[in-house]
This record gives sequence, C-alpha cells and structure tokens, in this order.
Amino acid sequence: MALEGEYLGMPVVIDDLDKPNQEFYSHCGQGALHLQFCASCSLMRYPTTTACPWCASAEYQWQPVSGKGTVYSYAEVHHAIQPVFRQFLPYMILLVELDEQPGVPGEHDGLRVTGNLTLADGTMAPKDVVSAVGIGSRVRVVLKDLGGGLALPQWTLDEDAEQPETPWRYAND
Amino acid sequence: MSTEIDATAPKYLRGKYAIVGIGETSYMRGSGTTTRNLGTTAVRNAIEDAGLTSADIDGMLSYSGNDSVPSTSIAGDLGIRLNFYMDCQGGGSSTEALIGIAIGVIEAGLCKTVAIFRSMNGYSQFRIGGTGRSTGRSALSGDALFGRAYGQGSAAQNFAHTFMRHMYDYGTTPEQVAHVKVIHSEHASNNPKAYYKNRVTVDDVLASRMICKPLHLLDCCVETDNGCCVIVTSMDRARDCRHTPAKILGVVGRCSKPRVDNHYQAGPISTVAGVYARDILWPNAGVGPEDIQVTGSYDAFTFTTMLQLEDYGFCKKGEGGDYVSSGIMRLGNARPNNTSGGHLCEGYTHGIAMVIENVRQLRHDIDDSCPVGADGRRMHTYDYAEGGCRQVKDVELSANLGWATPATGSALVMARGA
Repeated sequence: MALEGEYLGMPVVIDDLDKPNQEFYSHCGQGALHLQFCASCSLMRYPTTTACPWCASAEYQWQPVSGKGTVYSYAEVHHAIQPVFRQFLPYMILLVELDEQPGVPGEHDGLRVTGNLTLADGTMAPKDVVSAVGIGSRVRVVLKDLGGGLALPQWTLDEDAEQPETPWRYAND
Repeated sequence: MSTEIDATAPKYLRGKYAIVGIGETSYMRGSGTTTRNLGTTAVRNAIEDAGLTSADIDGMLSYSGNDSVPSTSIAGDLGIRLNFYMDCQGGGSSTEALIGIAIGVIEAGLCKTVAIFRSMNGYSQFRIGGTGRSTGRSALSGDALFGRAYGQGSAAQNFAHTFMRHMYDYGTTPEQVAHVKVIHSEHASNNPKAYYKNRVTVDDVLASRMICKPLHLLDCCVETDNGCCVIVTSMDRARDCRHTPAKILGVVGRCSKPRVDNHYQAGPISTVAGVYARDILWPNAGVGPEDIQVTGSYDAFTFTTMLQLEDYGFCKKGEGGDYVSSGIMRLGNARPNNTSGGHLCEGYTHGIAMVIENVRQLRHDIDDSCPVGADGRRMHTYDYAEGGCRQVKDVELSANLGWATPATGSALVMARGA
C-alpha cells in the first residue's frame, strides 16, 4: 500500500514498491531518524539506496542515529524556482554531516544529510536565523510531520550544543 | 587525489579522427520555431560547412532531456539514410562523450561519418532552471523526497554546496570568480552571434541580485533557443573536406566521482570529476594542460569554469580563484577560455557550441568582425578591443572541459589538423 502525506501543499506519495523510502520516512514519522546499516560491512549510508555503496550488499537493517551534526556546506536560496518556496526567501538548504561515521570509509567521506534550516517546530527559519548559521554551526534534526505516519527530516540550531563563535559564512555577507 | 585509472585506449586512435563540419542556428530567446527545425538547420549547416552532402552522413547521435527531437526526424527531413543512430539522455558533458562514441562506432565499422546535434528551445519551451514542468505541485516521491521537498531542484541549488565549500576550503572569493563572467563578456563583445554582447565588470557581477548564494544572477549562464551540430569522421576522409580538420587527440566521456548520484557523501566535495577524468584525458591525448593554448571550460556558472580548470591540472588544487582572476583566460594572454563568450554570454547549448568555437579557433577562421579578404577568409587583426578580433594567434591545441554536475564531466583535446 502506498504511504501518503502532504508537505506545503505538495502531495507526498511513497509507492509500495519503494520499501527503503517507506521505511525511512515511517521511522521519521515514529520520531527518530534511522539510516540503512549494511548487514555485510556495517557501514551506514544516506540517502536510501537499494544496495550498499561501499560493498554492494543488498542486506540492511535500520539503525537509529543521534540526529546531531555540523553544517558541512549550505546553499542560501534568494530566488525560488518552486512557487511554494517563495514565501520563505531567503531559505537555506543545508548539508549536515552527522556525528556518526565521520571520515569513514574514506578520509573525506561522511554521512551528509540534506534539509532546510527550520525553527524547532519545523517551520522554515526566518531571515535573522538564516543569517546566523554557516559552516560549523551545530544543528539537530527536527522531524516535520507529513501526516499518514510520515515525517520529513529538517534541521534546527542545537540549543544545547556549543556553537562556533562565528560560523563560516559567504564572504560578502 | 591520484587515481588508479589505466588509460587503455589504443594510442593508434590518437589523431585518427576529426571534426570536419560545424553548424549552428542563431542564439535566440524566442526562436519562433520547433526544435525539429532548429536541429535540421544546424545539421544542414554543418554538412554544408564540411563540404559534404546528406549522402555522406550515415551516423547520427544526439542528447537531450526530453526537450529535443530524435535523430530520425532530422535524418528524414534531410534525406539522410542512417547506418547507426542513438539519442541519449543528457545535458552538459554529452558532446565530448558522444564524440568518443562516434569514434568508437566508426572504428568498429558501424558507420563512416557521424553528425552529433543538440537542439533546444531552452528559453521559450523548456527552461533548464525549471519554471514549470517539473517543479510544480506534482507528488514528492523517490529522489524528489531528498531534493524538491527541500526546495532543491535547479542546477544552482544542486551545485551550490560544492561552490560554497570551495570558498571555505581554499579561501576562494566572489571577486575572483566574477572574473570568469567579466572575461567571457569581453570575448562575447567580439562575437556577433552572442546573445549578450555587453562587457561587464567585477562590480556588475557582485551587484547583480543573489539567486542562490554564492551565485549572483551574473554568475549564472543565459538560457537561449538554438541548434548546434558537429560532424565527426576519420582523418582520411577529413582531408577531402572543405576546412582544415580539427584533429581529435583524446576524449574522456562522462567520467564520474564515487557515489555519482549522491556525490556529497564521498570525498572532498570541493573537488569535481575532472580529478579522475584528467588521468584518462592527458595520457590518451599525449599532451598535458601546459601544452593547451585555448580552453573551453564549461560555464554553466562562473564556478564551473574555475573548478574544472583546477581539477584538470591547469593550476594547483585550491588555486582556481587565482587562475581565473589572473587574466590568463583573456584573449591576448596565454590561455584564453571560451572565446565565444560561452554559456554565460553567447548562448546555452549544453556544451556543444564550446566545441564548435574551438574547431573554428583551430581552423584559424573565427567568425568575428575582422575584414574579409579576397579569398573569403577573415584577415584577423589580433586586436581584441571591444567589437574586434577573437582569433587566438597561431593556435594549435585546444581542450574542452564539459560539465554535467560536480560529479560528472567529459573532455576533449583537439589539434589543428595537417
């Protein structure tokens, strides 16, 4: 059975053929970010895949992760392509490196998870919050309810973490 | 980063094939016609340019994102009977890859002479940045859950993590990168075909509105409607064609980084596919970046030109900002880049027009505003002032560096044929 929800007026439809994504977003809906964990080489991976990018094994389990990480890079969108995002300009697309599995298997590899910068309730962050975040900022996952037992991982500043004095921002800000 | 790629292409293919014909339409916004007509026009112009007829063409290749016309339509319209054809999915980096395929199928005896085309109403019908078709309220499922759900779908939005991280890792500045647009605009001012012929300054780039940080409007390429074609055949046949052939020394096609579809997971993300491609390109071509006199480094954005030049070894890793702001890429200096003005200024063709430009350079027959002599050829002045010449003097070797994404690239080295 397809799993269905909705986000910002966009229907979310995860077909029943797409088991990894059904499981990923259902775990989020149940309140914790989980990643696929390879049964053969014991490495986690993101996003969902049908086999392990590191050893090609098809067997996996789901592993809960802390949902804490560091902004590794970001895009700050000032011109929206999708009309629904215009109301949020400027909005941030973050690449968040999770605390788990840094530098594995390669020195420069990591679990880098996409998401927008949001407030703690999962609504898109306003401009003053956007302008305070950069590479090095500590963030935690927010699971934005999509209905239908699904949730979308988003990111908010981690109130409990020690933040860098000045996160790295684009030079001309 | 060193790789363990063994460049195994037989070296007897080096210099055995050539580009003998080039054809274009105008670079327009609002072509007022179909991609079928644009494609037909470009292929016919290329056949004419080569001094061939439809009967000489027996292979066709094309690429698109379902926004073009198949080879069969154009072959039918021009009376071409095909022994081989294939229409591929793809945008940037396809041209060089298809030139490699053309060499392969000719070498394998499947056909003799291949027309490669790209036709697109990239402004008036299907805008790459996506103003409609794929970005509306259609359902989020599959890969879109990890992209479009976050307002991430355009090329600028998809590549910005790489560009930003290069600034973080190496101290690259917006001013340095803006020089790519400045220089390409100077080149375009000497290109009567260019859609944008006005010269701009670094301040103009930095003052243009922000699209997707770190990209200002003028860091992004133009969107246009156009058709382009190149014709590949053997050097033996090339000698019977109208122009000096652009001899193909080496090709690398659609070379990729690890985890190509989710490349931000692997390796330093401020490095692009060129770091792998260069270990195939240069050994196969038998030359190195230091030998190249004109480059066509794909400029979907100012940053893509810089990143590729850096990772193909035209400068040290991390010094791309210095390279593009040094002036070396300017006409009259050591290694001009995109003498047509490229995608930032001339028009957007997914890379094929940059190959056409370098073929013209190697013919010593650039279509600028220099006076035409009694033999019908331009008498180049090598005065690169606005509205003047854009021929690189005595150029013998070119390189094209095609970009699809940070994780996929293709490249082509050509020499002036004998």
